[in-house]
Amino acid sequence: MQKKKLVAGLLVALASMAAQADITVGVSVSATGPAASLGIPEKNTFALMPTTIAGQKVNYIILDDASDTTSAVKNARKFVTEEKVDVIIGSTITPNSLAMIDVAAEAETPMISMAASARIVDPANPKVKWVFKTPQNDVQMSTAIVEHMLNAGVKTVAFIGFADAYGEGWFQEFSKIAEARKLQVVASERYNRADTSVTGQALKVISAKPDAVLIAGSGTPAALPQKTLKEKGYSGKMYQTHGVANMDFMRVCGKDCEGTFLPAGPVLVASQLPDSNPIKKVALGYTTKYEAAHGKGSASTFGAHAWDAGLLLANAVPAALKKAKPGSKEFRAALRDALEGLKNVTVSHGVVNMSAQDHLGFDQRARVMVMIENGAWKLLK
Amino acid sequence: MDLQIALLLGQDGITNGAIYALLALALVLVFAVTRVIFIPQGEFVAFGALTLAALQAGKAPGTLWLLLGMGIAVAAIDLTLAVRRGTTRRIPGIVGWNIVYPALLAALLWLVKPASLPLLAQVLLALAVVVPLGPMIYRLAFQPLAEASVLVLLIVSVAVHLALVGLGLLFFGAEGSRTPAFSEGNLEIAGLTISGQTLWVVIASLALIVILYQLFERTLYGKALRATAINRVGARLMGISTVMAGKLSFLLAAAIGAFSGILIAPITTIYYDTGFLIGLKGFVGAIIGGLASYPVAAAGAVLVGLLEAFSSFYASAFKEVIVFTLIIPVLLWRSLTTRHVEEEE
Repeated sequence: MQKKKLVAGLLVALASMAAQADITVGVSVSATGPAASLGIPEKNTFALMPTTIAGQKVNYIILDDASDTTSAVKNARKFVTEEKVDVIIGSTITPNSLAMIDVAAEAETPMISMAASARIVDPANPKVKWVFKTPQNDVQMSTAIVEHMLNAGVKTVAFIGFADAYGEGWFQEFSKIAEARKLQVVASERYNRADTSVTGQALKVISAKPDAVLIAGSGTPAALPQKTLKEKGYSGKMYQTHGVANMDFMRVCGKDCEGTFLPAGPVLVASQLPDSNPIKKVALGYTTKYEAAHGKGSASTFGAHAWDAGLLLANAVPAALKKAKPGSKEFRAALRDALEGLKNVTVSHGVVNMSAQDHLGFDQRARVMVMIENGAWKLLK
Repeated sequence: MDLQIALLLGQDGITNGAIYALLALALVLVFAVTRVIFIPQGEFVAFGALTLAALQAGKAPGTLWLLLGMGIAVAAIDLTLAVRRGTTRRIPGIVGWNIVYPALLAALLWLVKPASLPLLAQVLLALAVVVPLGPMIYRLAFQPLAEASVLVLLIVSVAVHLALVGLGLLFFGAEGSRTPAFSEGNLEIAGLTISGQTLWVVIASLALIVILYQLFERTLYGKALRATAINRVGARLMGISTVMAGKLSFLLAAAIGAFSGILIAPITTIYYDTGFLIGLKGFVGAIIGGLASYPVAAAGAVLVGLLEAFSSFYASAFKEVIVFTLIIPVLLWRSLTTRHVEEEE
């Protein structure tokens, strides 16, 4: 009798060990708060991710950080202390991701951020050894805009951006590149996401008579300056950033956004990419899957950043599994090494070639210039 | 800056100021009658605008479910009380307002396709959905603590605000909406183009202020509200129900908020959380009026609108700082000029 109990106990222990060997992924997204329009498609994307990688079951623990830095850190702490996750994915926005780096590095857990700033994976910071990210750097997008402006004969440009880290970051990157390329920035204005009027800023921009205006905002709030500029009679070229690449922006901006240029990840115009482009298949795979679950036109580039994080994992986990069992310190280290060693991995936003110096790994293939035409995104060749 | 820019900025400031003025009036009204600093005032702006946008998009607005749910909650509480106190003659009224009315409205929205109705009908439907939420919120959140201190009421007010913002995200999603303008036409006066919607906002705000004035001066209900505002105990002794006064003030506040939202939805994009900031600027106006004087509050709100427009031209990055710093000299001036009165316990 005693023996039987012992065997049963052992079996239970074994079973629980097997359960512990599942790969646990801790996800922190900003599904509420100011960044909700980015966080919600990301959250939806995790529901579509594979539940097994290389035969191992994957558990996703998804927490909301409400676009709040403190909550993001709290989530990260919970992941590493209570849930003992193998990898952290998150967060949606730059301030939250920057704050989570300390926790990830301290717990020696790899982290994949879905936020844009290049500072998240700045190689000068030793903690960044554990951190990777999927969205393109602002620098890459700024360069694309400046190049397009110069080719179109633009000499003077005005800037209107969010009065927060997003607008400020863009202004720094953009003005630096513009200056180097002899493009003159004649006005620099700020507004808030929740503003009901940007008439003052628009008038100031118009009185500076720029050849083009760059609006650095994300989601639907970026439509307001454009509508106001049009209304007050501005007729020059308009540029937006990739922060607006969703259908809601198109719905709100309507015909005032015709002819607007913006840089974006190739996933936005996946169906228009040439068949020879390897990104096309991956990107279409994602958008088809997302739209099957959430309706036509619902896929966005933000959700694709989350999908790409999943693709990086799917490519790195098999190599890490060869070295150690999930749930252990060794596995986390092996996973980190495997992520850093990824070469020629095609994701929905580009082709990734990681190195110790570059934890983003994108090249020029990760961005395209897009024009808004007849209420749709049109790929510019 | 030339004259034309100044005129354009002035026009912009007055348009926004008119909306802030309406909200400031609602805040003063609610505070005077119930001593609640009504933080969720802005949520009605967002709910009004987004409900209208949802109706126009042919979707059932989430606020309708909120109305149904809160109606059932209010009815459950009131019915229990009515049965316990034996005031059974109140039962038909309770059921009628809190269950039958929302159900009928839901049926109406389901039967007629709101997307194809004329704009006026859509506006009325949106108001019919959003405005009853005001008295229901009063019944659920504030009526049980009507005698509590201003601080407790403020804390509850913040809680209601957070709950409504969360529900707003759930109902309408994170992205904003715009509605088509009431009239596409523009008016040209001395070389200055004034958009039709701007005129609508200013004229409708003025009309609403006149209606409110008439309401308070000429009707029995308005006089009851004024009496409650001046002296709660005295008003009660004269047979005025403070519960009725509270509900009525919340009804007016909700109506003003929702209507303001509908007015500005064609000018700007409204998000589930836009209302808070608009409400806050109305609040600055109300503070200038000492939360007591209607005309000063309205003037203060227009001042806030103008200040906002001009500071967005001169120093756009510091616009909010400038607008909200205005409150400091105003508070200084008020505390130096007015006699401090201890609040009666």
